[in-house]
Amino acid sequence: MNEQDKHIVPTKTFVSVWIVLLMLTAVTVTVAKADLGAFSTFTAIMIASIKAGFVLWYFMHLKYEKRLLKLLLLVPIITLAVIIGLTFVDVWYR
Amino acid sequence: MKSSFYNTPGKHSGLLAWVLSTDHKRIGLLYLSCMTVFFLTGMTLGLLMRLELIAPGRTLMAASTYNALFTLHGVIMIFLFIIPGIPAALGNFMLPLQIGAQDVSFPRLNLLSWWFYITGAAVAITSLFTGGGAPDTGWTFYVPYSIRTGTNVSLAVFGVFLMGISSTLTGLNFVTTIHRLRAPGMSWFRMPLFVWSIYATGWVQLLATPVIAITLLMLMAERFFGVGFFDPAKGGDPILFEHLFWIYSHPAVYIMILPAMGAVSEIIPVFARRTIFGYKAIAFSSLGIALFGYLVWGHHMFTSGMSDEARMIFSLLTFLVAVPSGIKVFNWVASMYKGSIRLDTPFLYVMAFIFLFSIGGLTGLVQGALATNVHVHGTYFIVAHFHYVMFGGTAFAFFASLHYWFPKMSGRMYHEGRARVAALVLFVGFNTLYFPMFILGWQGMPRRYYDYLPQYQTGHVIATIGSWVLATGILLMVYNLLRSLKDGEKAGDNPWGGTTLEWKTTSPPPAENFEKIPEVTTGPYNYK
Repeated sequence: MNEQDKHIVPTKTFVSVWIVLLMLTAVTVTVAKADLGAFSTFTAIMIASIKAGFVLWYFMHLKYEKRLLKLLLLVPIITLAVIIGLTFVDVWYR
Repeated sequence: MKSSFYNTPGKHSGLLAWVLSTDHKRIGLLYLSCMTVFFLTGMTLGLLMRLELIAPGRTLMAASTYNALFTLHGVIMIFLFIIPGIPAALGNFMLPLQIGAQDVSFPRLNLLSWWFYITGAAVAITSLFTGGGAPDTGWTFYVPYSIRTGTNVSLAVFGVFLMGISSTLTGLNFVTTIHRLRAPGMSWFRMPLFVWSIYATGWVQLLATPVIAITLLMLMAERFFGVGFFDPAKGGDPILFEHLFWIYSHPAVYIMILPAMGAVSEIIPVFARRTIFGYKAIAFSSLGIALFGYLVWGHHMFTSGMSDEARMIFSLLTFLVAVPSGIKVFNWVASMYKGSIRLDTPFLYVMAFIFLFSIGGLTGLVQGALATNVHVHGTYFIVAHFHYVMFGGTAFAFFASLHYWFPKMSGRMYHEGRARVAALVLFVGFNTLYFPMFILGWQGMPRRYYDYLPQYQTGHVIATIGSWVLATGILLMVYNLLRSLKDGEKAGDNPWGGTTLEWKTTSPPPAENFEKIPEVTTGPYNYK
């Protein structure tokens, strides 16, 4: 992002994202107590990914970046998702 | 040798002019000289191991020494020689030349990478003489043994961690260089295939190496703080380590082999005087190998207690990765068809590469099939397969490109007669050493064992004799190249009649590679 096109993000946005993150943390804790069996880790990872997405999108200003950068970020994320997915084929069916 | 990069004055002189240089050619040669030393060290360790195994029982050393030796042989050959191997040494030297650039994108980062590499090497070597002594886990550092052993695993692992940083930064540098610094007119499909392979390798280095860094840090946390990632008593999972380790280490074998395949794709058109057959197929199969290479790590763990579903999926994916490798082999052979072939040393090594790599690759499929894998897992069959692809494949391609680019790097020609004899001795020694291992493994000889039953002795004796022949070939090759540095004939700028850009500048090249940045108007292999 250039110095010229700095975006002024209203404090309200930051606060609401923060609240959403707190709520998701609460969901993680609640879900961890419920016995979801094989899905417990999967659920935890999904919630954590959504939270990381919020942080990237708003706090780290990914929202205002060029499309190329957004696409480039997808490369490691997809790699990681595939790697974790294949590992889970083992863990789930063991 | 006037106005080459060897005699261009810089800020420093003497040794400092090398270890503080940001010139990609000097850095490439730094890697090359360090790697030669490490390779010869690793080779000596291998010779000692083979000598120990010439007869059952104790011959030369204690069992614990043997365990340390095979660990050390693996760590040195894998992390210090073959992973940096072609990309860091020859890639550094040739990549900017081949794309018509003055240097890599980040020359200082390039120098930093070398410093990380050499520091990592120093740390790994220090681990042998300090703490509880040389690590005895094998180069894979499998838990739980690597956590429980009293030997100096922590320091060795830290050394490997540093070398991982070096590898990642090199990959980043090369990917950026290929994107940003190509000469005018050099479109993606006018790039030499070596550059394509370095590009695919760069992405693998960039995306896979952080995984081993994390894994090794987890191992340290386990050793120092007993965190319990891998300890079932604390809710951990020892197979998790194998997953994490191979998530990096399988793509890593493609870091080793892809640039070798690229070098072979360079040499064949020049010595067959034919344009390469299936340029795009070879370029895309490099990317295909890099992509599929991520998805097959589970085939190292078929007998580790993974789920059946996972084993079937990984077995299927393993078969798929053979497809792009096959595409390459067929294209290379097709490129020679109706060519006017010159049987110079680089081409001899390339022929050996295709032959040995094919044996290595096909025996890989034996292990990729679930049923046969259970039979050969953890035997000498694996050792034979691995040496056929990595030594017969990568190292032979490395020797080929070393001879091919020797006149460009040094400005002199090596002695052709001696070089051919060395290539022949190497080829004979290699097969005598490693082929019996296939049979030994099929008969059930387990790898990494210090002792064996008498029925395996014949195979072991043949292999040990082969190791002497192989070492003779290597020493002859190294002697020939070193001596030719001093009294080889002067080579012209383009002794082979190559058509890629590195042959369009002087030998050795000037400090910034080209008098004038070349304009590219045609594809790389402009023969017929």
